[in-house]
Amino acid sequence: MLTRRRLLAGAGAGVALGLPLGPAAKAAGAAAQSVRLPLPGGPDERPITTDFPQKGAMILQRTRPPLLETPFEVFDQGVFTPNDRFYVRWHWAVIPQSVEVDKFRLNVRGQVDRPLALSMSDILALPRLEYAAVNECSGNSRGLFQPRVAGGQWANGAMGNALWTGVRLKDVLDRAGVKAGAVQVRFNGMDDPVVSEGPDFMKSLAVDHARDGEVMIAYAMNGQQLPLLNGFPLRLVVPGWYATYWLKMLNDIEVLNGPDSNFWMKTAYTIPDTPHADMKPGQANVPMVPINRLNPRSFVTNIKAGSTVKVGSPISVRGIAFGGYTGVKQVDFSSDGGKNWIAAQLGKDEGKYSFRQWQARFTPAAKGDVTLMVRCTNSSGEAQPAEPNWNPSGFMRNVIEATPVAVA
Amino acid sequence: MKRRISLLLLVAGVAFASPAAPAANAPLTLKSVDVTLPDSDRALPDGPGVDAVQNNCVSCHSAGMILTQPALPKAVWEAEVAKMRNVYKAPVDDKDVPDIVGYLAAVKGPK
Repeated sequence: MLTRRRLLAGAGAGVALGLPLGPAAKAAGAAAQSVRLPLPGGPDERPITTDFPQKGAMILQRTRPPLLETPFEVFDQGVFTPNDRFYVRWHWAVIPQSVEVDKFRLNVRGQVDRPLALSMSDILALPRLEYAAVNECSGNSRGLFQPRVAGGQWANGAMGNALWTGVRLKDVLDRAGVKAGAVQVRFNGMDDPVVSEGPDFMKSLAVDHARDGEVMIAYAMNGQQLPLLNGFPLRLVVPGWYATYWLKMLNDIEVLNGPDSNFWMKTAYTIPDTPHADMKPGQANVPMVPINRLNPRSFVTNIKAGSTVKVGSPISVRGIAFGGYTGVKQVDFSSDGGKNWIAAQLGKDEGKYSFRQWQARFTPAAKGDVTLMVRCTNSSGEAQPAEPNWNPSGFMRNVIEATPVAVA
Repeated sequence: MKRRISLLLLVAGVAFASPAAPAANAPLTLKSVDVTLPDSDRALPDGPGVDAVQNNCVSCHSAGMILTQPALPKAVWEAEVAKMRNVYKAPVDDKDVPDIVGYLAAVKGPK
């Protein structure tokens, strides 16, 4: 149960941010201590927590290992997600709670000419790189899948956008000297399995991808060092790819001379090798491949589902969009459930991997129920699909979002 | 894509140019971190098998993992428990498996 301190803290945050009030809070007439997520069939109520270090008010999905979702109204406040509201996702519960910068080393080993143990000073002395990029959990929106699937029951807040600062992975690999015949580069962090025989969380990229000059070893997000729960002191940034590759607390890079067969590459985080990673429940013999590039998505952020708007009055609608593995070409808005679409106005371009704001205006002509829809088309011409995808892991949802509102 | 690449070394007091958050103007120096992660204060509902779940499941993940799950068929819970044992190497005794599956199917099964 909530302590008095948490209740008061939650109440303050709730009032300031306009968090939706849970039923318990409504009954009490004041404190926002929970939120309802739009998960079909429930359970839909989640506590709001302020108990996690370096974090503000977050939706508590799981305490240990932490799964913290960003409350959706944060995405209405700008394209950059504040560090203290950025979502959190860990696989194993053995997470170092203290990191001494002077003692930290990043090891580079395997198929290299010169194994390295880089200090933070060594890393900070390398050429600096900075860009904005969306970090989205493979299972963002899993709780919206129908039929429902097991796993972290996220709504749409397991994503965020930050300005990342760090060094090129390529520069670090070049310093070690990658040997001819290297195939993949594997990344490991300081977290460990609770059970010693359990599979340590590691992910790999193809050597050419690792050396593309974009993949970054980041030491800052939004101009500040990373919160511990977002990977302090270093995390991999793989722009345009799902967050499972963005290894947190990165301290080990191993160059491999063959494909990585570890559980987290070979078995976990695989998707149907089909358009939109879509398949039928129970469908057999579907070829599976490791999850990879982000797909395009877009959201309304300033009007909540179920709210009421006034007939005959012009309304400004706004939100965020991202193209995934490339930029946003176009965002279209519909105020009639997808029958007619208008091009939304796009906000400042912060780079092709960033969230981009959009806005549109409409005037509800008649009373009744309407459905607002928003659709992103990316620079490669890929648009969000009208039908939701399904796969047993609940990955890569990117259906056109629908926001039902009442006109009165 | 827009990028700013700088050869400047990071020096205490050098501000980050950033359109990001208000805090982005603060100087970047990496400081050691020492935090405490909170313990879970959520409890599993009572029911047959709750002790087996308490003894075998919550050392790797707190109760919230279970509490937030949707209703799923018993076969799905059997597969989940098998995955926890075979893939994640949870040391669960054979004799506890029916209790755990039964509890999950009762608490998180179709009504």
